Amino acid sequence: MAQDLHRLTLRQAIDHAAREGADGILHDVANRIQCCNSSVNAYVRVKPAEYDSGKNIPGKSVFSGVPVAVKDNICIEGQETTCACAILKGHVPPYSATVIRKLEDAGATIFGQLNMDEFAFGSSCETSVYGPCRNPWNLECVPGGSSGGSAAAVAADMAIAAIGSDTGGSIRQPAALCGVVGLKPTYGLVSRYGLIAFGSSFDQIGPLTKTVEDSAIMLNAMAGHDPLDSTSSRRPVPDYTKALTRDVKGLRIGMPEEYFTDGMDPAVEKYVRDAAALLKKMGADIRTVSLPHTAYSVAVYYLVAVAEASSNLGRYDGVQYGLRASDKTLKDMYFETRNRGFGEEAKRRILLGTFVLSAGYYEAYYLKGQKVRTLVRRDFEKAFTEVDLLLAPTAPTAAFKLGEKASDPLAMYLSDIFTIPANLAGIPAISVPCGFTPAGLPVGLQLMGRPFEEAVLFRAAHAFEQETEYYKKKPGI
Amino acid sequence: MDFDIHKVAELARLNLDPEEAQKIGKAIGSVLEYVRKLESLDTQNVPPTSHVLDLENVFRPDTDRDCGASEKALPFAPSREGDFFKVPKVVDKE
Repeated sequence: MAQDLHRLTLRQAIDHAAREGADGILHDVANRIQCCNSSVNAYVRVKPAEYDSGKNIPGKSVFSGVPVAVKDNICIEGQETTCACAILKGHVPPYSATVIRKLEDAGATIFGQLNMDEFAFGSSCETSVYGPCRNPWNLECVPGGSSGGSAAAVAADMAIAAIGSDTGGSIRQPAALCGVVGLKPTYGLVSRYGLIAFGSSFDQIGPLTKTVEDSAIMLNAMAGHDPLDSTSSRRPVPDYTKALTRDVKGLRIGMPEEYFTDGMDPAVEKYVRDAAALLKKMGADIRTVSLPHTAYSVAVYYLVAVAEASSNLGRYDGVQYGLRASDKTLKDMYFETRNRGFGEEAKRRILLGTFVLSAGYYEAYYLKGQKVRTLVRRDFEKAFTEVDLLLAPTAPTAAFKLGEKASDPLAMYLSDIFTIPANLAGIPAISVPCGFTPAGLPVGLQLMGRPFEEAVLFRAAHAFEQETEYYKKKPGI
Repeated sequence: MDFDIHKVAELARLNLDPEEAQKIGKAIGSVLEYVRKLESLDTQNVPPTSHVLDLENVFRPDTDRDCGASEKALPFAPSREGDFFKVPKVVDKE
C-alpha cells in the first residue's frame, strides 16, 4: 500500500524507522526518484542495492537507516565521485569523507549522489557534465547552485535530507531558490576531509533539509573535530536540537542596510521585510546595522577563491585518477587531459586564478583581495558587538530561467552577492523559506550569526518557520 | 592590466582553441575590470586574511598506517604497471 513515506521530514522519518525500520522509506524514496528524476535531473547516480545493508535495524541508531543523499563532490569509498566534471569520470575514491563516515555511524543510509555545477563552479547547476538540474517549482527555471541537485531533490521529496557544500553560497542560494532549509556551518565546524577541494579557506559541508529541526539533527551528526582536517575546530559540539525553543524574545537582530539595495526583486524585499516584522512581533529586537564593505565582497571572492581553485585543480593532470586524454608525451598528457576534461567555467576560473597568482600581479590582485577580506570580516565583528544575528535576503531574486545568465559570467557571479560575505568571514548562515513570488517561486530569508553560534541561528529560524509554516507548501511535481 | 591569455594558458597547462581563447579572454577581461573597484580602498595598513580561524600549526606523530591505498586506488588509475602509476616517458635517452 502506498504510504508516500518520501514526503516525511527527517524527524518524522527517523521516528517511523525507529518503529518499523527504514525499508518502506527507502522503497518510496527510490520510487519517487524513478518517477521524477527524468524531469528534475537531481540525481547523477542512485545505487539501489545499497539499502540492503544491515544497518537499518529499528531503534538501533539515531537515523535507523533513514536515507541521506550526497552532493557529487563528497567522496564515498568505492563509489564513483566526479564533481559533475568530465575530468573525474571513472574516479572511485579509496576512502570516504569524514561526514560520510559520521552519518553512517549515526545509522544513515548513504543513498544516491546529487547533481551540481562542475567542481561547484556556478550558481545555477547548468555547468554539470550530466546536464542541468531543474527547479521542481518550475522546470523552466534553475534550482540554483552549485548544490542544485541537493536542493531540488529535497524540495521534490526525492530525498529525506541531503548534504552539499558552500564556498560562496552554494548551499544557501539553491535552498532559497528551491524553498528548502540550507545551512552553511562555521568554517571549521564540519570536517572537510574527503570534500573535493575548491576554495580551501571558504569550503564548508552542510545540510539541505525540509525543516530547521532536520537541519539541527543533521548537524548533530556531522559536526565535530577531525584529526584528518587540519582546519577542524576542537570546540565541543552542543546538541543543536535543544535550541529549538520557539522563543526569540530579546534576541537582537540586525538588518544590514547594504543588503536592501536597488536591483533586488520587489517580492524578495517584501517577504524579507515581512519576516523582520514578524520576528519583531514575536519579541525580537530589530535594528538597522551597517556592513560598509559589502559591495566589495564579490570582487574579493572572485580573486581569492579562483586563486585557491586554480591551485587545487592543479592535481588533475591525468596521472593518478579520472581522465587521461593523451599518452603521447608528458606535456601532451597534461595539456590535452586538462583541455578536454574541464568545462568552460572551470577553465575560466583556473585561468583567472593562475593570472592573479602569477609573478607581477600577485600583490595587485590576490594580496589586495586578502586585505579587503579583512575589512569585510571587521564589518561583521563590529556588527556582532551590537546584535546577535543578521537578517537579509539569501539571493537578490527568485529562481531565474535556464540559460538566462549562462552567457554572462559576471551576472551569474552577482547572484551570490548576499551569500559570499559569510564565506569571506567564515561565519555560519542559514536560509529558510519566507514566501513565494507572484509567479509561485520560493523566496529565502538568510540569517547570519557569530562563529560557532549555529544554535542561535536554529533558534530564530525555527521560531520563524513554525510561525509561518511555508515548509508545508510543496511543488506540484 | 596586461592579461595575456596565451601566456596564462601555458602556465595553467591548458590548450585552448582560438575561439575558446577569445571567448574566455573576453569574460576574464570583464571580471578584471569589475574587481578594479577594490582600488578605491586604502589597504596600506590592513593585514591580509588568508584564513578565518585562529588556528596554530597542527601536528601529529609521523607514524605509518596501512590505508590500503594501492589496492583501492590503482585499479582505477588511467594507466598502471604493477604497483605504479604509469606515465609517458619523462626523460629522453642520451
